[in-house]
Amino acid sequence: MKILIIGGGMGGTILANNLARRLQPELKSGKVRLSMLSASDKHMYQPGLLYLALGRTTPDELYRDQESLLEPGIKFAVDPVEQFMLDQNQVRTKSGKIYDYDVMAIATGSRMVPETIPGLAENAEFFYTEESAVKMFKRLQAFQGGRVVITVGVPHKCPMAPLEIAFMLYDYFKDRGILDKVKIHYTYPIGRVHSLENVAKWAAPEFDKLGISYETLFNMKEVDGKNKILRSEEGTETPFDLLVAIPAHRGMEVIEKNGLGQGGWIPTNRAKLTMEGRSNVFVLGDTTNIPISKAGSTAHFEAEALGENIAAMVKLGTPVRDYDGKVFCFIEAGKDRATYAMFDYQNPPDPKAPTKAMHWFKMAYNKLYWVSARGLL
Amino acid sequence: MAQKKLIDARGSFCPGPLMELIAGMKMAEVGDELEVLSSDKGSANDIPEWIKKVGHEMLGTREEAGVWHITVRKAK
Repeated sequence: MKILIIGGGMGGTILANNLARRLQPELKSGKVRLSMLSASDKHMYQPGLLYLALGRTTPDELYRDQESLLEPGIKFAVDPVEQFMLDQNQVRTKSGKIYDYDVMAIATGSRMVPETIPGLAENAEFFYTEESAVKMFKRLQAFQGGRVVITVGVPHKCPMAPLEIAFMLYDYFKDRGILDKVKIHYTYPIGRVHSLENVAKWAAPEFDKLGISYETLFNMKEVDGKNKILRSEEGTETPFDLLVAIPAHRGMEVIEKNGLGQGGWIPTNRAKLTMEGRSNVFVLGDTTNIPISKAGSTAHFEAEALGENIAAMVKLGTPVRDYDGKVFCFIEAGKDRATYAMFDYQNPPDPKAPTKAMHWFKMAYNKLYWVSARGLL
Repeated sequence: MAQKKLIDARGSFCPGPLMELIAGMKMAEVGDELEVLSSDKGSANDIPEWIKKVGHEMLGTREEAGVWHITVRKAK
């Protein structure tokens, strides 16, 4: 059986390693061939960008060589897919090679698209790429006070990022001794400060306590850079001296170009993780259109379910379990305290009060991630 | 030509039905109808509230076996 994984991010890498371990005898005997195609020879720990934007880590800490993370037996190539030929069970890559598969998993991820809001790319700071996070930190360093507005596009990667950046910016300005010169104003697309009701119930009083003001039902429409005003679809506007945006995201262009899904999101069965209408094509991570958080932990738990299922297809001829919608997100509530939200399709989260212990667990996880990517944690 | 689109947000705690609708609205054309399926009864209030505030059109809300079907039209 030929198993082909498209994408070397968190979901693709955990899936490949999970399968390589489960199918070690089959890989050794040649019964199974496991290949991964990626656009890069480097693997980035994307959650680390939040810390990079606040000067708490450096870019080199966020990368490893992709090949060094992969189990022996996985055939890895830096050769991104340009054409999906699903009826032929084939893909064509940038180099022109054709790869056949019996089972394919697509995990190409997502990208921020600030350019979809007029004026946003030119006037806001972001932390979703290395370059933008470094730029944001330099801007923060030079900032001497004023009104900081945090704004959020839909859909976006990492649903905790808006809250985390608000709390962490508060501590950043406090440590610099300029908090009395800074006003933090938080905007959010729906009618509370976070999509998770219990998280919103916890976060709003925290904002009140810290003097962080907020405006809900605020969806970015345009940025007037000359007058430093952010306007919303709802007809309101807010002035800013520093605009920090969590921009809207889209799936990768190759998904849209091949007609696999509008916006780059592939229609996916929420339990089986199959692409709608295709029993041998699986989708995981940000690439799905499942109404669930676009987050590393989602990709992680999906990859574990898929690893078990694809290995079972080899050994038993059938998948064995459904993905239950499990997500676990840390929530940094400042520079030295954190909490978490764990939930699935049936059970909402019940976040606890932030603790220093949970923050240090998150700090440890930032290092343990490399073990996680290898499929060991 | 206006299209009808289904947004199945049942079991979605995060990002949740309203956020799914906002994302769907951005990809829709003016005149398209979007039907949101939600297992959260709060959607029957917060979706109409947002639709009214932004200026889209509410077409209807009904509940069937614990699932709310909320239909809206993109108006601008």
